Amino acid sequence: MASHLPPKPTPQHSTATAGGMAEAEHPRPSGLMRWLLTTNHKEIGSLYLIFSLTMFFIGGIFALVVRAELFQPGLQLVRPEFFNQMTTMHGLIMVFGAIMPAFVGLANWMVPLQIGAPDMALPRLNNFSFWLLPVAFTLLLSTLLMPGGGPNFGWTFYAPLSTTYAPPSTTFFILSLHIAGISSILGAINIIATILNLRAPGMRMMDMPLFVWTWLITAFLLIAVMPVLAGVITMMLMDINFGTSFFNAAGGGDPVLFQHLFWFFGHPEVYIMILPAFGIVSAIIPTFCRKRLFGYASMVYATAAIAILSFLVWAHHMFVVGLPLVAELFFMYTTMLIAVPTGVKVFNWVATMFRGSMSFEPPMLFALAFVVQFTVGGFSGLMLAISPADFQYHDTYFVVAHFHYVLVPGALFAILAGAYYWLPKWTGHYPHLRLSQWHFWLSVIGVNLTFFPMHFAGLAGMPRRIPDYALQFADFNLASSLGAILFGASQLLFVLVIIKCVRGGEKAPARAWEGAEDLEWSVPSPAPLHTFETPPEFHPHQH
Amino acid sequence: MTRLDEQATNRDGVRRTVTRTLVVLAGMFAFAFALVPLYDVFCEVTGLNGKTSNTAQVLVHEEVDTSRMVTVQFITRASAGLPWELDVQTRQVRVHPGQSNEVFFTFRNRGGDASRAKAVPSVSPSEASVHLRKLTCFCFQEQRLEGGERLEAPLVFQLTRELPADIKTVTLVYTLYPVQPAQAAVSRRGPIKEGDSA
Repeated sequence: MASHLPPKPTPQHSTATAGGMAEAEHPRPSGLMRWLLTTNHKEIGSLYLIFSLTMFFIGGIFALVVRAELFQPGLQLVRPEFFNQMTTMHGLIMVFGAIMPAFVGLANWMVPLQIGAPDMALPRLNNFSFWLLPVAFTLLLSTLLMPGGGPNFGWTFYAPLSTTYAPPSTTFFILSLHIAGISSILGAINIIATILNLRAPGMRMMDMPLFVWTWLITAFLLIAVMPVLAGVITMMLMDINFGTSFFNAAGGGDPVLFQHLFWFFGHPEVYIMILPAFGIVSAIIPTFCRKRLFGYASMVYATAAIAILSFLVWAHHMFVVGLPLVAELFFMYTTMLIAVPTGVKVFNWVATMFRGSMSFEPPMLFALAFVVQFTVGGFSGLMLAISPADFQYHDTYFVVAHFHYVLVPGALFAILAGAYYWLPKWTGHYPHLRLSQWHFWLSVIGVNLTFFPMHFAGLAGMPRRIPDYALQFADFNLASSLGAILFGASQLLFVLVIIKCVRGGEKAPARAWEGAEDLEWSVPSPAPLHTFETPPEFHPHQH
Repeated sequence: MTRLDEQATNRDGVRRTVTRTLVVLAGMFAFAFALVPLYDVFCEVTGLNGKTSNTAQVLVHEEVDTSRMVTVQFITRASAGLPWELDVQTRQVRVHPGQSNEVFFTFRNRGGDASRAKAVPSVSPSEASVHLRKLTCFCFQEQRLEGGERLEAPLVFQLTRELPADIKTVTLVYTLYPVQPAQAAVSRRGPIKEGDSA
């Protein structure tokens, strides 16, 4: 049972803890108002994580509706119009409601703890950016009940499908995306301001844990591209309601312009959803290998390189719109170039494991599964990058398989790994070992059973976003649907693990994992509401 | 050093960071809108979006390149909600670069009422669009047809000799779009008053 090897009882920076006194000084509102008005980074982090988990289940139910309809050929359960709303809402909810808020929640909890700051730089703004999210997503979900239904044009909402031919509720969709975008932007400003200004004395930029580094770079990406998304949806709003013709060919506009603008936002957005995952995995693997991370500096530079390259690859989503040959080649090569810094990262993770004294606690299991399966998604990405081949793969299930591999066993597994890794710090208890292992193995089997057959369905020519399909795809889809049910159901185990962990379980010491070295492990478990009110002493170690 | 001192020293830093990020934010929002005209200029120079010039161009007097033939195909379609038909009398012509050619298109208003429409061209492959010069085209202005009326309109065009050698076929698509007053009638939104469409 004690396979996580409780550490030696002397934490490194025991002087850094504070807080017992502070709570007595400030009387705090209780009940609902406590959560509505909180400016504490830990409470807001928890709110983000709970919100994200809720959205994950709502988006998951939508995915299960899709998989249930695709269980066998023919139309059985839902009308095609509703099917389209389900695919669209599943994508929107998972991207903007589940993955992104989960990373922001982890940043809220862990960035101040990892850099020795007492809180985020702008605590009230932090509260505001969280509470925008429930508003945005209530509005978005309410469009499903409106006349004409919710958004049905895919999460990429290509114009003019999302303008001229869209349901009347599209204006609400635009508003909700604006609100969610503002929330992300404010969150990003807060994270940048915190990291650049509130580091513990003595902590230089190149001393920061990689989760902090990757989030800093992610926040810059958010600042750069969320305004472009806001611009695009504002243009849509004007095309729909004010008679402009940004994307309307009849009035001199150009629908292809929409795709350029959308993917100029959309591709960096893809990295926004994976860079923090790299940071989490870069924290977990060294801990459970009991070694320093191999190639810290190269990890930082690789992350920055990926972020910069992400602005130069957007048109690889548009190989078939009729780009000139030069553009096809340019975007093909820049896309392939991204494999280099990504390869550096995977190499560093593997090199960290080399001759490490590895143990396989739940966070490590998820982190290892991340490395393997994210690489599978990376390789299918390379196949898609080959422009002439992409003419065959475009808009097939091969693309669906690719981006689900980088997002589910990629980003999501990293979030789960992070949750298992930091749960002892959040709750003071270790997550139930047996249940965590069941959750891990069922998730791995479920996720691969769901998404691996999609590669074959796609290569055989099955188009995406279609409620019915030709008979030869029946077996692949049967497997995918069974896998989806298994994967979805096994996530209930995760909820059970969290509830059990909050209520009790094996007590965790300050340094809950033997090899864990960052500053968050110097404060007691569970972390008191206020930490690092006096800055900790930070002793930089050689990377 | 106590935490309060620490915060006091950092307040300026935080303020500076926030100001800078807000400037970047505003800049990127403006950049998104600036991309619209930039894209148009870029496309005009490169012909990237397959659009042709909106005004009549003069014939470039150059020798006809008889050494090669290029197939020019015409595709016509009327957008949904407009009771018009657009047909081309010759679906496909084989031309020499440099030579000027005339093709006739037929507009028909199948509806009972007068309405207005405009044909919007698109050239594929897009690299060919800068080499397709139109001397006369019905697409330069909108058409107005009474109910049941029929109209024949010419397109006179020339492919310049600079057309890249690897382009063997050029496809010219014309899509008929309703012009404002007619658009209001087919719009899925509520009725728009006459004055709005000016």
